[in-house]
Amino acid sequence: MQERLKELQAEAIQKVEQSANLKELNDIRVSYLGKKGPITEVLRGMGKLSAEERPLMGALANEVRAAITAKIEEKQAELEEAAVQAKLASESIDVTLPGRPVKVGNHHPLTKIIEEIEDLFIGMGYEIAEGPEVEQDYYNFEALNLPKGHPARDMQDSFYITDEILLRTHTSPVQARTMEKHQGKGPIKIICPGKVYRRDNDDATHSHQFMQIEGLVVGENIRMSDLKGTLEVFAKKLFGEDREIRLRPSFFPFTEPSVEMDISCKMCGGHGCNVCKHTGWIEILGAGMVHPNVLEMAGYDSKKYSGFAFGMGPERIAMLKYGIDDIRHFYTNDVRFLKQFAIEE
Amino acid sequence: MLVSYKWLQDYVDLTGVSAGELAERITKSGIEVEGVEVLNEKIKGVVVGHVLEREQHPNADKLNKCLVDIGAGDPVQIICGAPNVDKGQKVVVATVGARLPGGVKIKRAKLRGEESNGMICSLQELGMEGKIVPKEFEKGIYVLPEDAEVGSDAIALLNRDDQVLELGLTPNRADCLSMLGVAYETAAILGRDVELPETNLEPVSEKASDYVKIVVEAKEDNPLYSAKIIKNVKIGPSPLWMQTRLMNSGIRPHNNVVDITNYILLEYGQPLHAFDYDRLGSKEILVRRANDGEKFTTLDDVERTLTSDHLVITNGKEPVALAGVMGGANSEVTSDTTTVLLESAYFNGLTIRKASKDHGLRSEASSRYEKGVDPNRVRPAGERAAYLMAKYAGGEVLDGTVEVDTLTVEPAVVSITLEKINRVLGTNLEMNQVKEIFDRLQFESSVDGDTITVTAPTRRGDIKIEEDLIEEVARLYGYDNIPKTLPIGSATPGKLTAYQQKRRVVRQYLEGAGLYQAVTYSLTSEEKAAQYALENRHTIRLAMPMSEDRSILRLSLTPHLLEVVKYNSARQNDSLAVYETGNVFLANGTEALPEEREHLAGAITGLWTNHSWQGEKKPVDFFVLKGILEGLFAKLGLTDRVDYVKAQVEGLHPGRTAEIQLNGTAIGFIGQVHPSVQKEMDLKDTYVFELLLKAVLEEDTDDLQYAAIPRFPSISRDIALAANKETISSTLKDIILEAGAPLLKEAYVFDLYEGEKMEEGKKSIAFSLKYADPERTLTDEEVTKVHEKVLEALKEKAGAVLRG
Repeated sequence: MQERLKELQAEAIQKVEQSANLKELNDIRVSYLGKKGPITEVLRGMGKLSAEERPLMGALANEVRAAITAKIEEKQAELEEAAVQAKLASESIDVTLPGRPVKVGNHHPLTKIIEEIEDLFIGMGYEIAEGPEVEQDYYNFEALNLPKGHPARDMQDSFYITDEILLRTHTSPVQARTMEKHQGKGPIKIICPGKVYRRDNDDATHSHQFMQIEGLVVGENIRMSDLKGTLEVFAKKLFGEDREIRLRPSFFPFTEPSVEMDISCKMCGGHGCNVCKHTGWIEILGAGMVHPNVLEMAGYDSKKYSGFAFGMGPERIAMLKYGIDDIRHFYTNDVRFLKQFAIEE
Repeated sequence: MLVSYKWLQDYVDLTGVSAGELAERITKSGIEVEGVEVLNEKIKGVVVGHVLEREQHPNADKLNKCLVDIGAGDPVQIICGAPNVDKGQKVVVATVGARLPGGVKIKRAKLRGEESNGMICSLQELGMEGKIVPKEFEKGIYVLPEDAEVGSDAIALLNRDDQVLELGLTPNRADCLSMLGVAYETAAILGRDVELPETNLEPVSEKASDYVKIVVEAKEDNPLYSAKIIKNVKIGPSPLWMQTRLMNSGIRPHNNVVDITNYILLEYGQPLHAFDYDRLGSKEILVRRANDGEKFTTLDDVERTLTSDHLVITNGKEPVALAGVMGGANSEVTSDTTTVLLESAYFNGLTIRKASKDHGLRSEASSRYEKGVDPNRVRPAGERAAYLMAKYAGGEVLDGTVEVDTLTVEPAVVSITLEKINRVLGTNLEMNQVKEIFDRLQFESSVDGDTITVTAPTRRGDIKIEEDLIEEVARLYGYDNIPKTLPIGSATPGKLTAYQQKRRVVRQYLEGAGLYQAVTYSLTSEEKAAQYALENRHTIRLAMPMSEDRSILRLSLTPHLLEVVKYNSARQNDSLAVYETGNVFLANGTEALPEEREHLAGAITGLWTNHSWQGEKKPVDFFVLKGILEGLFAKLGLTDRVDYVKAQVEGLHPGRTAEIQLNGTAIGFIGQVHPSVQKEMDLKDTYVFELLLKAVLEEDTDDLQYAAIPRFPSISRDIALAANKETISSTLKDIILEAGAPLLKEAYVFDLYEGEKMEEGKKSIAFSLKYADPERTLTDEEVTKVHEKVLEALKEKAGAVLRG
């Protein structure tokens, strides 16, 4: 009997070792350890044994069962691990294949520039003011010290609808309207972005519709030096800390004194190249101290209040910043152009 | 304004200041020098030659064989093709080895068998434009005066050893439309003196007033008219130095009298006109407004019809000049002229501008009148011209000037305090620094304590107010020297308005959803202006459009986005999603400004998903676009206020279009572009929406408020209904939600089947329903009770029953 048990143990262990999968293993478990299995059968013959032998044989039988069970468990763990490994192997993918694309669009480059400038000035305490694109001659010209017949009106040939109504030629009327709304009280700090229109034939450098951003600060004791300092902060933030600015005297009917601001050329570092027409400087914007007539017309006491204003063209800035060669690209909306401005710098 | 560096030295000492340096200093102090042209750049080896012999080239009809003395060695043979070359002429010779503009190098050559040792030059060959070359030399070589020294440098003789500064003048600096004005400016910058030109005349005893009487009817247009009479002039070429100065300034020489008027125009900035006195046909000059319909032939031989807006100079009856713009053919100076009436006048700029605009005649004269001439230079300019006519046209200047003068000239006197100058500029200037700047400008000034009073000369008509003085100080002190500060005073909060902030959210959301932002033109054609308009009013047309395609203000954005889709589709980008925000313009009668409304529009076409290696391709459809809009309204907190109602919109698919409503009011549409429009524009299936963005952004939204997260589980029940085909899902959903309240929290469609397994006229539509109570866990029985109510209501109100 003892031998028979040993035999069974060896036989079972061999079978377990040879089993190829969990089902076979289970079959082995049932056939050896089940109620109808050979070990149970052997134990049924225990009745014939002596009282001394019986506990010994019982203990042996349990040992054999335990050994087989342990072996089965060991084998089961082994087979399960192999199954997991096989499953993982079968699930392997080519990680270099492209992912499912997420459709993402982006800002038009002009919006990108405008929002960048807006945010920069918001950080300095400015608000964003907007106004109508179709304007009264009064706000577009007269309130800005450009009476009818003024020769400077030639500088910006306009699209009139009636004698008194036209498409605004600049965003300056928003300044006039804002000042009027403030009823002679300060301070005002605004940025006015928007579409403007001039009688130009569309070509690589002209567009009958384009964007403009103007800024206006009115308060007590606003100085030319404040304009210079503000513009320098703006230029360095927008174009880079290494850029220099210079102011040149100029003329605009609504400011006095008037200046133009140049920034040092990035391409050549100020030594002169084609981009800056060999001057080392690139013209960026026009500015000046608000003309007292403009202040007075809007209801401000020009003895008490002063202000500065500046204006620039987002198209020109985008063209300089991104190296765009033709202004018409902005209005053609070729997606191969638009998608190039997705990157957040 | 073209400024000759050599000529400028007549008035200001430029020692030690090169043309380039001068240009930079002028630019930095206020007038932009747009370029400096070196006239003799790339030219060398050009001398004065004397044509000793000329004969026909033996082998060529159109060539001449010339023997030319070039002042060095033996005379040389030069073959010349110019028709006007002749024996005895002094000419410009490019000798062997010479260089001319355009990289031309002169070599010894054989022309049709004859040796040629150089080239006799035209002015164009020296780099001058044909339109400024004197007419008689335009088609041939240039002939120098007889006294030109053989062998000398012809470039110097022709004043081509000069540099020309091109000034970009702003309208306020009309004073620099004259050499004298530029001289004052230069002197101020350099701190040097100005030397005025010679005008010293010795008139003959005859009196000008015996020759002409002046009457000015239109005194407002012409407050000052002065005339001088110059007798016995001999018309001929003006001296070479004058001709070359005119040419370097871009003006073509004609004859001595005309050249002198043009020379004074450049020197003084004062336009002059020379009439042939004998051709005037009267002894009277009458200045008046033209009669409506009056005809007049200007000296360019064009007959012009005048109106009462135009000012004319007449002989008492007929016009002899269109004042300030152009003279008449009937009184023009010719080679036979012997007596000249020289006009020097002050005309009103606006009157001149009108005439010059109406007749499309912008002359050197009219543009100066428009911008304003110096009233105190009218007479000196006339004196100087008369002086030059005596000197260079052999004329005798009669005694006196005949004039009508109602012009009051009051120089501007402006006072300003030093404190104000420093306050506006942010500087710390001392009074002596300010005073010195006005001295340099030759502005009279006097200081009284903290106040300086400045008398601006009349040549600087732009100086009127304190700020003008501040600008003079700033530009001559130098903007580089002004400090950099930031505004001080009460702090202002910088922020976007709610509207602006939400507009940014809309853009960011749409871009995140896959749409690119487009910007298109506001001006469009009559045809496109009202297409897809949300509200149609009569269109707003420009008074003078540049083209029909850009003549009307748009009422909608959609047509422009369709153009964008078309443009890109034609360039292999036929899967596209774009949006635009922009104003449309609604007329408000002719007096008031139009109403501007901000719209949002979008267009999608082609494939929405294209995962090529995964084999998934899904074209865009109505529900892709609707999903994007639903997401947008969810983002803006408006989901519950927006409805989509089936509608008809012209240009959209009649079965695939919805009106978008906000609180029950239509604010836009969404739909497929009508197949016939798609075909016409060569588009694939394209879906569009347009809505009144203004209404969406101005809608007040509820404040954000936290709602408790449910602590008890919900119970879901799915139902598949057989419903009538025309029963729309929102009707069913409304019935379900109403009948299931308050335990029913959600109901959404998860399946739709309209195939052949369904009975005729029926469709299968499946909803998933979710029941919950925030306070407790629901029992199955409770839910079943409500659920039965829902099914009952569906059957009763919509004839929709559970599918078996």
